[in-house]
Amino acid sequence: MEWYLPVIWAVLIGTAVMLYVVLDGFDLGIAILFPTTKDEGERDQMMNSVAPFWDGNETWLVLGGGGLWVAFPDAYAIIMPAFYIPIILMLLALIFRGVAFEFRWVAKPHHAKWDLAFWLGSTIAAFAQGLVLGGMIEGIKAEGGQFAGGPFDWLTPFTLMCGVGVVCGYALLGATWLVFKTEGPVAERARRQAKKLLIGLMVFAVIVSIWTPFAHPRIAERWFTPSNLILLWPFPLLTAFCGYMVWKRLNGPHEFTPFAFTIGIFLLCFLGLAISNYPYLVPPKLTIWDVAAAPSSHIFVLIGVSFLLPMILFYTAFVYWTFRGKVRADSGYH
Amino acid sequence: MTIDAFLLSRIQFAFTISFHIVFPAFTIGLSAYIATLLGLWIKTGDDKFHLLARFWTKIFAVSFAMGVVSGIVLSYQFGTNWSRFSSAVGNVIGPLIGYEVLTAFFLEASFLGVMLFGWKRVPPWLHCLSAFIVAGGTALSGFWILSANSWMQFPAGHEMRNGIAYPVDWVQIVFNPTFPLRFMHMMTAAYLTTAFVVLATGARHLVAGKNVESAKTMVRMAILMIAITAPTQAVIGDFHGRDTAKYQPAKLAAIEAHWDSSKPGALVLFAWPDEEAGINRFEISIPGLASLVTHGSMDALFKGLNDFAPRDRPPVKIPFFAFRLMVGIGLLMIAFGWVGAWLWYRGKVFEERRWLWLAQYTWPLGFTAILSGWFVTEVGRQPWLATGVIRSVDAVSPVTTLQVAISLALFFCVYSVVFTAGILLINRLIDKGPDQTMTKDPPEQPSKRSLKAVQGEASALFGDGSPGDDKIQPAI
Repeated sequence: MEWYLPVIWAVLIGTAVMLYVVLDGFDLGIAILFPTTKDEGERDQMMNSVAPFWDGNETWLVLGGGGLWVAFPDAYAIIMPAFYIPIILMLLALIFRGVAFEFRWVAKPHHAKWDLAFWLGSTIAAFAQGLVLGGMIEGIKAEGGQFAGGPFDWLTPFTLMCGVGVVCGYALLGATWLVFKTEGPVAERARRQAKKLLIGLMVFAVIVSIWTPFAHPRIAERWFTPSNLILLWPFPLLTAFCGYMVWKRLNGPHEFTPFAFTIGIFLLCFLGLAISNYPYLVPPKLTIWDVAAAPSSHIFVLIGVSFLLPMILFYTAFVYWTFRGKVRADSGYH
Repeated sequence: MTIDAFLLSRIQFAFTISFHIVFPAFTIGLSAYIATLLGLWIKTGDDKFHLLARFWTKIFAVSFAMGVVSGIVLSYQFGTNWSRFSSAVGNVIGPLIGYEVLTAFFLEASFLGVMLFGWKRVPPWLHCLSAFIVAGGTALSGFWILSANSWMQFPAGHEMRNGIAYPVDWVQIVFNPTFPLRFMHMMTAAYLTTAFVVLATGARHLVAGKNVESAKTMVRMAILMIAITAPTQAVIGDFHGRDTAKYQPAKLAAIEAHWDSSKPGALVLFAWPDEEAGINRFEISIPGLASLVTHGSMDALFKGLNDFAPRDRPPVKIPFFAFRLMVGIGLLMIAFGWVGAWLWYRGKVFEERRWLWLAQYTWPLGFTAILSGWFVTEVGRQPWLATGVIRSVDAVSPVTTLQVAISLALFFCVYSVVFTAGILLINRLIDKGPDQTMTKDPPEQPSKRSLKAVQGEASALFGDGSPGDDKIQPAI
């Protein structure tokens, strides 16, 4: 088997998941912050700041799941049943939150229940994604190419903490997005909230960084072997720098940079987790080569990806550009 | 039949996909309709088309959202509930789904934003183009998902090693034998279904005596569409049936409730297929006609259910009855469309109140036909998940019965709430009709060139509110 094909695909799927986390992260995040205001106009403004984008953002989740099946069918076949309950929960939650975008406007003035659906759906979806993340780090029991664990293997103190961490992180993305895209009271409040959420996210990152090497010798070995340490020490430092910059820029008049540096934190944390687990896709045993699809399948889709992905990125950028600028309280799209 | 993770997973998949298919089927057709309306608006400059496009775009947004969220569920369910299927055919079907996401989903989802919210942000031509891109995206999505489904019906272009399918020839995989006609059949069904929703909406407004002008346009456009596509669909369906005869004889035998291969197939109009005894009870049939329709001769012999070992037979009753329901609705649609076209030709379509009154209740026809068609083809594929490759019973995930029971119950509750609400909201939007206030502030003219000349074409076809058009009086 061509050894490099699974590597290319791992990078591609990693990119898709990362894009998903950042893009859907901020629109799940604004929903997580929904209950912090009771004012209908402000809620409209928050929702409008993501309304033209959310559907495209969520498509990266389909690409993440679909891509996993395309490139690593055995990993898909093990991971999905292993996280049966969190994944089903996430899907149901995403239903509520997705339809709330449309139903809320049509149902007005009787839209209180869709506000609740929007908030609760987004929060549960984010929490469930955290559970899956934690469960992936902890490892999955597999035998003969199939999941071999119990229905609640994913439920541990660590995964619950990851759930809280992801909710907090998405809320930070949402808050900094609001600082960037809105003005007036919504942006003011988001600026205050972002600081608290930043502290929460940094605490979470520190705990994960300490917890995982202690719990998993392979991760400790990866980071603390002297030859690796020389290469890897900038990672925690850069993460801390990004955190500091978010804090500093939130104090000033800056509107875009807090969001940009928050993305930096996410990117670095994601890379850190990838470094911890490489080359395992289904820790602790199965590497990306163990679970890869046939080379012919990899190549067939790769040909399409090579020109479709740039196109997708191009028109995604076009849509963001079309809806550039501030979303004011009175500039509803509906 | 024991209640286990397998049975519950089947019910869950059937339940979630049945809910899902309704929305893509509708949005495939509706996006094409909206694109057409915007195109007509740009060409003629007639605000009537713009008004209708805005009206249907609101309904499109709600339907599309429901299609998206119920579709994500499916793309994950392959793994959560059918993980052994995912491993066995992932090399072959995975890429087809991958291409669906890459070519269609991103296209639709991104340009949907422009289509829904871009009225004032982008120039009309770009807005119209976005609508066409969304319509193209939905059709492309249909292309890939039907390719994948057709491959499961009759796999091709692969080889089996240790129970895993490996790709050999991608052209054969994508354009597998039953795909082209199944794709055409489904696309036509989607356009036809939407045409009936448009017709029913127009008729409802006319009967209620409101939004008369736009309602007339809707009715005219729908009649034109139905009168052409409904009979076309019958022809495509016939060819599609011959594919089934050739590639899936067991399914055909179940559809026709044909047991004994030593006799030509009769066209069974009604019967109660008795799967224990291997015969039909209470049968009313036309001898030889099934042989004629599927194999071109009254005397042609084809495989009966008794030629298949019981473990290789699909269930009979569901394909048998669902097929009859689908065909019955199809014939009804043709008749309805032609009567409408005849009335229109005679200039009486808006006077014949009985026809209009009936027309407002025709919106479920297409959806029911699509669902029954899918029940025929999916149940008829059993006991295989991918014919000859993996049986359904061998494909289920190693999850517990309790897990699936809980998830099924949750899906049932959530779908009941969300989709009921969605349909009620769509109904409310339809009732409200086009927002007439929007005509007071029309966006800038779509084109600077003088449009008087071209204005004629579309207006002549779909009416422009000239005197003879206004015969209908408000009901009250």
